[in-house]
Amino acid sequence: MNRSQHVFGSGLVFAVGLWVTWVSYTQQPAEAFLFPRLIASVFVVLAGWTFGKAVMGLSKVGNGVTRTMFLNMLPGLVITLIYVFWAAKSLGFYTATAIAFFILLSIYDPAPHDEAKSWMKRCIITGVFVTVMYGLFAMLLNVYTPKEILF
Amino acid sequence: MDFIYYFGDVFTPLSFMLLLGGTIGGLILGATPGLSPTMAVALLIPFTFQLEAAQGLILLGAAYTSTVAGGAVSAILLKIPGAPANIATTLDGHTMAKQGQGARALQLSFLASAVGGVFGVLLLIFLTPVLAKWALAFGPSHLFWLAILGVTVIGTLDSASVVKGLLSGCIGLWLATIGFDDIMGAQRFIFHPALGGGINIIAALIGLFAIPQVLTMFAKGRHNTGAEVIEVQRHSILEAFRELFSRTRALSIGTLTGSIIGLIPGVGGQIAGLVAYDQTKKFSSEKDKFGTGHSEGVIAAESANNAMVGPSLVPLLTLSIPGSPTAAVLLGGLLIHGIFPGSDLFDNHPDVAWTFINSMLIGQVLMCVFGLYVAGLAARVAQVPQSVMAAIVLALSVFGAYSVQGSMGDVYVMACLGIGMFFLERFGFSAAPLVLGLILGPIAEANFIQGGMIADATVGKASYFLTGGLNLLLIAVVLASIAYSVWMELRHRRYTTKEEAQA
Repeated sequence: MNRSQHVFGSGLVFAVGLWVTWVSYTQQPAEAFLFPRLIASVFVVLAGWTFGKAVMGLSKVGNGVTRTMFLNMLPGLVITLIYVFWAAKSLGFYTATAIAFFILLSIYDPAPHDEAKSWMKRCIITGVFVTVMYGLFAMLLNVYTPKEILF
Repeated sequence: MDFIYYFGDVFTPLSFMLLLGGTIGGLILGATPGLSPTMAVALLIPFTFQLEAAQGLILLGAAYTSTVAGGAVSAILLKIPGAPANIATTLDGHTMAKQGQGARALQLSFLASAVGGVFGVLLLIFLTPVLAKWALAFGPSHLFWLAILGVTVIGTLDSASVVKGLLSGCIGLWLATIGFDDIMGAQRFIFHPALGGGINIIAALIGLFAIPQVLTMFAKGRHNTGAEVIEVQRHSILEAFRELFSRTRALSIGTLTGSIIGLIPGVGGQIAGLVAYDQTKKFSSEKDKFGTGHSEGVIAAESANNAMVGPSLVPLLTLSIPGSPTAAVLLGGLLIHGIFPGSDLFDNHPDVAWTFINSMLIGQVLMCVFGLYVAGLAARVAQVPQSVMAAIVLALSVFGAYSVQGSMGDVYVMACLGIGMFFLERFGFSAAPLVLGLILGPIAEANFIQGGMIADATVGKASYFLTGGLNLLLIAVVLASIAYSVWMELRHRRYTTKEEAQA
């Protein structure tokens, strides 16, 4: 796997470890940070060790993310982020779910894109799925979800 | 024999319906590649909020048991193990199916699963109360070390790298400290308003187990599983019964191996199935037939991975230490109902504990009966394109995380942890120790603080935490598990280097 990916990943974990250690040892009241200090000490040592190994090119475990994997995943990841962090709250849970579900299906479904039948199938699957979700969560479990501008 | 008094509770209409629904649903989910038992149970937790504790656990327990068995369907008919626990089943099961003996392989697999599963649950029934009483002797220092033991054992045994496994455990323990401190009320690591109430365990579990799977499915791009379901022909169930009990060696090796491995925290069904397969092959007089569609291979693997289910819950129900990621998810299911495992569970909530355990026993029988009927349907479901599965799991995760407390903050936390875990997994980190750290963190901290107070008033912290027979034993086990894993890792690396050099 790409060495720089290991360095980046373990470097990020090490940075979090340093931040956790710094906060644990500087914040007050000290009594509230006794246990975090204990964890942070071990955390930063292990993270430093992992980072050091990555820098020296000795990291063996983990396959990283290949370019193809990343490009395949990117549209799904972007839709997921928009769905979770914006659409669900702004458009309403069920509308956002229907839109995100349909887009994901359209992007990743192996069925051909130039057949009307495939599109019809995707629409039906989306409709059935959102209806089932509504039945399960709104009617059976009585979960009140944000409705916002749509539903 | 307390468990007998609570058998009736499993047969109330709602409980039995949940058991049936959990079993059939679990069989279908288990057959779907990419949907692991842990993820299936995590996604089901939000559906238990409105149920009573025992009923919620019946649903989760049934799903756990049957997803493990359901994985055999896709292993046999599609050559795709539904879960890692079914890898060994593929070796002979799929070859049998290709030879036109798919029905026989499925029947043997479900019957062996039921025998192994019943034995495992009986072990759970008879071991748990004894150990729960023994757990009463545990003080704060012991419980602290026990929590640390839970994280280190899973961190070292469940990960390819010991350091990364332990680091994952540390990340989990740190995440557990986010929020307001219980004693001083101080804010700790709250860098976003969504973290004000700390990290909700259920939302975290859903994120850590479901979202990486969704992203993995996305990463495969637009593609079909390409697997064809092999049609099965009729086979007499009586003959399958006869064959199962004529293969007692494979059945007993599988059942015993699975039960023993289940008791060891951190060692999962995948190991149980493979070890049982390997041992049965060693002791078999028909060694050469293994891998060519030999029924002993299917019987050993399936009896082992289901025998593991019951014993894997023993450390959870007695010492509050989940022995596996799925047990950790079940602990989450208990905690949301305000029930804490250990002796308290059997003393104050015996109805919950025994109804749950009994339902697992009945569930094994139902799983066997319905498994044979829904196998065909489950195999068809396993062919559903991964794009559909990914979109379904994503939406269920969002709804599930939101329904915990009706908070968008939980949905954000779920998504962030899940996306972060996907990348961490690609760098060799593992979700299981992180989850264990997150769940055991509050237990470790509470006992660390409580023990510290006792120590300050008596013998001092060092003496209190580092001396005494039980403390030393637990510390020794922690160190031994780390040492063993380091040794195994070095040995594996030496062999890999040697093979690389030869290549």
